[in-house]
Amino acid sequence: MATDLQTPKANTEIGEINKYDFHTESKAVFKARRGLDRDVVAQISEMKGEPDWMRDFRLRSLEIFNAKPMPKWGGDIDIDFQDIYYYLKPTEGHGRTWDEVPQEIKDTFEKLGIPEAERKFLAGVKAQFESEVVYGSLKEDLAKQGVIFLDTDSALREHPDLFREHFATVIPPTDNKFAALNSAVWSGGSFIYVPPGVHIEFPLQAYFRINAENMGQFERTLIIVDEGASVHYVEGCTAPMYSTESLHSAVVEIICRRGSRCRYTTIQNWANNIYNLVTKRAVAYADATMEWVDGNLGSKLTMKYPAVYMVEPGARGEILSIAFASQGQHQDAGAKLVHAAPHTTGQITSKSISKNGGRSSYRGLVRVEHGAKNSKCNVVCDALILDPQSRSDTYPYIEIMDKDVSIGHEASVSRIGEEQLFYLMSRGLTEHEASTMIVNGFIEPLVKELPMEYAVEMNRLIQLQMEGSVG
Amino acid sequence: MTHVLKIENLHVAVDGKEILRGVDLEIKQGETHALMGPNGSGKSTLGLVIAGHPGYEVTEGRILLDGQDVLEMSPDERARAGIFLAFQRPMTIPGVRMADFLRHAATNVRNPDRKEGEELMPMREFRRELREKMEQLKIDPEFARRYVNDGFSGGEMKRAEILQLAMLQPKFAILDETDSGLDADAVRLASKSIAEIGRDKMGLLIITHHDKLLEHNPPDFTHVMLGGRIVESGGPELAKELHQYGYERIRAAHPDADRANQQMLEREKEKEVASAG
Repeated sequence: MATDLQTPKANTEIGEINKYDFHTESKAVFKARRGLDRDVVAQISEMKGEPDWMRDFRLRSLEIFNAKPMPKWGGDIDIDFQDIYYYLKPTEGHGRTWDEVPQEIKDTFEKLGIPEAERKFLAGVKAQFESEVVYGSLKEDLAKQGVIFLDTDSALREHPDLFREHFATVIPPTDNKFAALNSAVWSGGSFIYVPPGVHIEFPLQAYFRINAENMGQFERTLIIVDEGASVHYVEGCTAPMYSTESLHSAVVEIICRRGSRCRYTTIQNWANNIYNLVTKRAVAYADATMEWVDGNLGSKLTMKYPAVYMVEPGARGEILSIAFASQGQHQDAGAKLVHAAPHTTGQITSKSISKNGGRSSYRGLVRVEHGAKNSKCNVVCDALILDPQSRSDTYPYIEIMDKDVSIGHEASVSRIGEEQLFYLMSRGLTEHEASTMIVNGFIEPLVKELPMEYAVEMNRLIQLQMEGSVG
Repeated sequence: MTHVLKIENLHVAVDGKEILRGVDLEIKQGETHALMGPNGSGKSTLGLVIAGHPGYEVTEGRILLDGQDVLEMSPDERARAGIFLAFQRPMTIPGVRMADFLRHAATNVRNPDRKEGEELMPMREFRRELREKMEQLKIDPEFARRYVNDGFSGGEMKRAEILQLAMLQPKFAILDETDSGLDADAVRLASKSIAEIGRDKMGLLIITHHDKLLEHNPPDFTHVMLGGRIVESGGPELAKELHQYGYERIRAAHPDADRANQQMLEREKEKEVASAG
């Protein structure tokens, strides 16, 4: 099926695909070939019409990627990098038709109650979710306040200076092999700039201006929250991300200036063949607060450790992470907090669920630098294991260079207790209803942090995940 | 039709060790039975086995509800058939709100044929009823939003059990030490709530050390359990006697059962030490 992608298909929906697209006329873009080398990277940059500095940045990143060894920890990664398409022109919706979408995926959309219009987009049949009407007026409001909310490619074109000043400053390509890969081949993602003192009252959602590129394999997101400003960004959705490609490797960089506040919420549910290897990091300046809310379901292997570097006094970092690993899935998720200034406060809450032989790991690092006096950090990780075939591990790393700090760590692993099940069943709940209720209760601390519609979907999703889990 | 819960020659073992050694008991709708006996005699086990706890193995005997074989039913089927156990030690379910749990439970018990995923009882109707019942039991409305038994005091847990009883309105209710942990006022409220469901509608089996709950719910029958058997049955006067004079006479009259009781008690202690270690 993947070969279909090389030839542009007649697309009956092309008329709807819209005015914001820049490459519609350029048919050459569909010829990006499989594999990764200098030519492919240069071609991606050229197709996008990027400035030289970006092209050079990409090429340099490719060299770093080639030079870096694969990570030796986390999970087993078996990827043939030469067997992947690194750039797919989004306008043709990956050239897939609704008939080609597996029945299983369609059924899940049905069960989740995903609106018809969104289903085609999510399955990669349509490139653009028709939300321009909603988004149009919203965009106007935001623009009046000086907020920039664009896909990352457009931001590079429309705000070159602001872009260049911050891009790759939080996560340089040298950070890790997959950050280097993303730096070489990135496409799409979101760019947000919130001017000083501006508070965006409602969660900004990628949904509003979603397109295939935005949800691509190598998206690159950059958020700058200026002094005293605040924003809540919500990424992803609970529908299964269906892709014929097997690698998703995103980079998300966030800069929280003095006194600002940013919350970044992700709920992702990947198909079982996907390697989801993501680097997410924020820098928090004086009295700024950064919160990551990160929900990971599905995928073959997820490695994701959202980080907050607290670099000035009074900065706060909070990470709430949840992972659900089922059959054939390994969730290696966690968090990283670096206290690099006095009076900084950190909190990590990690919850993981393993069932049907799934494996979940918490991997976390808390580092307190010299001189970060009076800093506080608390780590709580709870794991719930639903059956004897499943597995959970905890890898907490704590490095403390200053003694004048307070660090707490608690970890618990529990199995769904026979006694809890019996108690609920003795009140008329079936075994499946009872265990679903226990699991939903377990993740409640995360779900209550989600915007309403996501919370509802999340609960439904857990219900689906639980189906058939108890014999 | 008068509902009947009938227990015949019930033998129960855990890890191959017998705990119940031939229990016979018949409870009819409208009757209140007191089940008394010293520690380790098997009273709580009987309650758990009737409710369907998976940790116990029934080696012999039958439990029938209106002639239907209860032992063939899963715990939830038993609940839907009208059996309720107020737990001596209720379980904590973190993150699950009392109200959500109760709405689910009430819906299932009231519509025994409900399939999973079908509609729950209407929210308004449920809330109104829950609020009413909570008021009667003098339970803080905030309770509905709290997680099931999470951080509850002993008394709060027992009240919550009575609230569940009131919402589920079973045919047969087993109250296992429900009065321990309750003050006099709470016992009175609990009894009132039982009266409101209608003593005539329910068969009650009250397992207790105390006479608090029995004072408000005078038993029609009293049974004494010792060493995994019911060794004596009588009327309300037997309950009074046991409260006043303890189990000396009973132990002396049934030396075999008393010996069995001692052994069971020791095994229980060993198990506790082992699990604590």
